[in-house]
This record gives sequence, C-alpha cells and structure tokens, in this order.
Amino acid sequence: MIAVPRLRLDKKDRQSLLVALPFVGPWVIGFLAFTAYPIYYSFTISFTRYSGFGDATNIGFTNYEHMYHDVLFWKSMYNTLYYVALAVPVGLVIAIALGLAMNQKVREVAIYRAAIYAPSILPIYALTFIFIVLLNPRFGVLNYAIVTLGGPSINWLGDPAWTKVSVVILAQLGAGGPALIFLAAIRGIPSELYESAALDGAGAIRRFYHITLPLLTPVILYDLILGLILGLQIFTPAYVLTQGGAGAGAGQYVAGPDNSLMFYVLYLYKTAFQFTDMGYASALATVLFLVSVVLALAIMRTSRSWVHYEVT
Amino acid sequence: MTVRSVDRPLVEQLPQAGRRNRRPLAGLLQSAVTPRVILIGMCFLYLVPFYWMATTALKDNPELNIYPPTLWPLAPNPGNFISAIRYIPFPQFFINSVILTAGTAIGAGISNPLIAYGFARIKWPGRDFVFAIVMATIFVPFPVLILGLFDVFTKLGWIDTFLPLIIPAFFGNPFYIFLMRQFLLQLPVEISDSARIDGARELQIFWHIILPLAKPAVAVVIIFAAVAAWNEFLLPLIYLQDESRYPLAIGLQFFRSQHNVQYNLLMAASTLVVLPVLALFLGFQKFFIEGVSVGAVKG
Repeated sequence: MIAVPRLRLDKKDRQSLLVALPFVGPWVIGFLAFTAYPIYYSFTISFTRYSGFGDATNIGFTNYEHMYHDVLFWKSMYNTLYYVALAVPVGLVIAIALGLAMNQKVREVAIYRAAIYAPSILPIYALTFIFIVLLNPRFGVLNYAIVTLGGPSINWLGDPAWTKVSVVILAQLGAGGPALIFLAAIRGIPSELYESAALDGAGAIRRFYHITLPLLTPVILYDLILGLILGLQIFTPAYVLTQGGAGAGAGQYVAGPDNSLMFYVLYLYKTAFQFTDMGYASALATVLFLVSVVLALAIMRTSRSWVHYEVT
Repeated sequence: MTVRSVDRPLVEQLPQAGRRNRRPLAGLLQSAVTPRVILIGMCFLYLVPFYWMATTALKDNPELNIYPPTLWPLAPNPGNFISAIRYIPFPQFFINSVILTAGTAIGAGISNPLIAYGFARIKWPGRDFVFAIVMATIFVPFPVLILGLFDVFTKLGWIDTFLPLIIPAFFGNPFYIFLMRQFLLQLPVEISDSARIDGARELQIFWHIILPLAKPAVAVVIIFAAVAAWNEFLLPLIYLQDESRYPLAIGLQFFRSQHNVQYNLLMAASTLVVLPVLALFLGFQKFFIEGVSVGAVKG
C-alpha cells in the first residue's frame, strides 16, 4: 500500500513542492476540473430532477427508486453484463493466442504482427460500418462463407440472439493491442526456464501451462480489469448499429431488435441528451461507477489466489 | 557419423523443433511451416474486413445485391470515392477532424512530458501518493464524467465549439503520463544532478537536457493522442451540435440516415477515414509497437 503523505512539511519539503508545481500543476487542475468535479456533480445531481436548464429540484432518492422499477434499466444492465461476460474472456483468450503466435520465430513475423495489430488502432465507428456490410444476412460475405461450409444463414444484426455476439466479434478486431502487451510479456520470460523444463522432459503444452501462463497472470489481471471497465462502457458500435437508418430509433428508447443493443451507456446517453433527464442520467452514472468499482475489486480479491509474480 | 553431422546443426538452428523430430522434414514442418500457416490464417481473419471494405467501395450499387457476393468488383468504379465525398460535406468534416486531431496531439505533446517529469525526476513529499491517484483515474469509467463535463463546458460557454475536445488534452492523460514516466525513470539521475550543481533551474533541465533525450517517448504520446482524437466518437457527439463543426466520426452517420443506404459510398468514405490512420501506422510502426509494450512493464 502507498502511505498517505505526512502533513507537516519543513522548509525543504515546501521548496521541493514549489519546484514540482509547474510540472504537476496542470494535472492537478485537470483532475479537479475534469474528473473530481464531474464525479461530485453526477452524485449530487442524481438526487434531483433536472433538465439541464433552470434549477434542479431536490427529490431525494426518487431517481434510484425509479431505477428499481425501470424495465429498460434492467434490460440495459443485463445486455451490458452479458456483453462483458462474453467479450472479456473471449478477448483475453484471443489476445494470448495472438501474442503466442506473434512470438513464433519466423523471419517475416514483423509483417504478421503489423497486420494483426493495425485493426486495433482504427476507428470503431468505421469498423462498425464495415461489419454492417460483412454481416448482411443476404449479401454479406460472412454468411456466404458459413452457408458454403454447410452452416445456417444467421441474421446477425436482426435477430436479438445474435446482435450482442456480433458486437463481441467486432470487438475482437481490437485484440491486436492487448496481444502486443502479451507478446512483450512472453518475450520477457527468461529462456533458461524453458531450457531447464525441456531438459526435464516437459513438452510444449506443459511448458505453456507451467511457465508461460503463470508468468502472464499479472498481465492477465491488468487486461481483465481494463477489459471489464472498458466493456461496461460499450457504446459506439451499439449507437452506430441502431441510430442510423429510417425509423431505427433516433430519439426513442429503442436500440436494436427487442432492445438487444440497448447497452447501459447508450441508455445513459439517450436519457441525458435525447430526453434531457439529467437527474436520472446522473443516477445511472453513479450506479455505473459503483458497479465498475465493485466488479474490479472482486477481480482484485480473487487475484491473490491466481496471480503469480514468479514461477513456483 | 556423416548422416548425423548433417542432421544435427539443422535441428539446432530451429529452436522450436522438439526432440522427437529427428527427421529434418518433420522438424522443418513443425518449426517453419506450422507457425506460418497459423499466422497467415490469423492475418487473413484480421484483413478480410478491410479487403471487403475496399472492394465494396469499388462496386456499383446493383452489384451489392448479388448472391453469392462477388469477391472482386465486376467493374471497379473509383468514381465511388468522388461520389462519397460529394454525398456529404466530406472536405468540411475532414478539416474539422484534422483540427481536432492536431489540437489534441499538440496538447498531449506539451502536457504529458511536463507532468511526467514532475513525477519521475523531482522528489517532493506526497509524490507517490499523488501518482497513485493519477493511475486510479485510469479506472474511472468515462461515461460517469460525461454529465459533469457537460456542465463544466456549459458554464464556460464552450458547448458547440472545439474547445471541450481539445483543451483537456493540455492537462494530461493518465496513460500517457505513465508511459512518459516509465521512459524518464530510465534516464540516469546524474545528468540532472550535475546540471543542478551548475545552477540550472528545473524547467531548464527539462527543456534543454531531458526533453531532447525523451523525443522518442514524446513521439509515441503525440502519435497515440492523434490516433485517439481522430477515432473519437462519443465526445464530439455530445459537445457538437452544428453540422459545420462535425468531424468525420459524426459526419459519416449521414450515410446511414437515408432510407436507402448506399453501402458502396459508405465503404468508400470509411476507406478514406481509415487510410490516414494506416499511413501513420506504417510510417511510425516502431513507435506504436514500443508504446504498447510499455504496458507490459506495469503488469
């Protein structure tokens, strides 16, 4: 743990603070204005009725009580947790697999690395446009491939059973980023460990499970928590998939077939900026914060039993 | 003896070859062919969407409704790109995106090295505690801040201007601060100490000694910030109202708001949005790869 600083400062301490201030000062101002105040604001506004104009009326816990009875709140929470529960583990496995593949000793490996990494830095809204074309149930190339291989034709974006899966697949185009982090971690593992394991007769699979995987657990923890926090914020693909097109629900509490793409932040966005119910949106934001913190802490707690900082 | 002397070095050259593969062919298969097949297969999956984007952009409208889909345009029509640019105010959106990207990149390039210097190369009481707060802000979900930020920028009168999208970059970003700090920590303490003995002020040391050495890390921060700004979707959606100020991210939605979406034009526009990022990546590949890898150090 990090110790809370002493409050009594001598002359030298004060001097060093003055030296550091021009450097760290901008961050302190930015933190207060763009992080601390907005959190405080959301929290206080969540106890009011407020349209964004005029005065906010204090209504106590009414917004939170409303949430309990709000079908769309539960639906959006369910959709988001469903997405996270699918996208985070799938993303983790794919990132590790890509990282291992990127570590293969073939001469032109840099080309493969670049090809796999590049999609992860492209704009998500553009990737979503591409997916709309790729996943077209009648003329899309993905269904053509599946049907050719003897599978069923899937209505990816029209069938509520598949819409979230589509977004999970879309998110995997970004796996190249975490894969590079895993690659760096894999390359940081001392080769002596593998050599001595090989001398003991351990095959490639045993070496992976007994050396590589345990030593990757700190990165896995980092990836899980960041994936969770970012996954709970999923917004852009759902917005792009549901907002455009005639009568697709701009300005309505509708997102995708059977509201299957009504993710939590999309609901929050609509509540705040299309229906200008800032009080309720603030309550939604506060709950998102709590859910993120609780889930992240839960993962941290379990991590003590599975994260290794050296091979045992 | 002769057979062995041929056999052995070959196996040793291929570190992935297991002990079982005494025959060179099997060893070659395992070490050179299998990884390539897997890697090429993975690359295929990652590149198909972009192949499809580019070829769809070149197809004529009727060809989009052919089954089975044509893997190569029957009559490639580059004119679609011109149609796409004319279909929406593309040049205006493009200029707006460039302004937002440049402004954000400049802000990130100034603020993050400065802030990271304060955490990496100056000792002050409470420093590690404050840095822990910097790192903790990584885990604050951004949507939690939206309403408060909207309030801040409304009070400042910045709604429907570029300012809420650019100015925050001048106050640092926890990811980039961390990345810069990792780099600055690696530079020997002695170079700062000897300058201090010579009477240099901290800002002089930063500007004249450390910053020139930190150029590669600053480049990484600027590149990452530029790509993030170019790709940003939610922020301009919230802060901008007037069409004339839309960046490409929001402007491209116009393609979707029609009754008959022209997907070939949408793909042409998407190609034009993706190309600058790809060009930046190809030009600065090393910086991207190194920048991402810093994350692994943290663990």
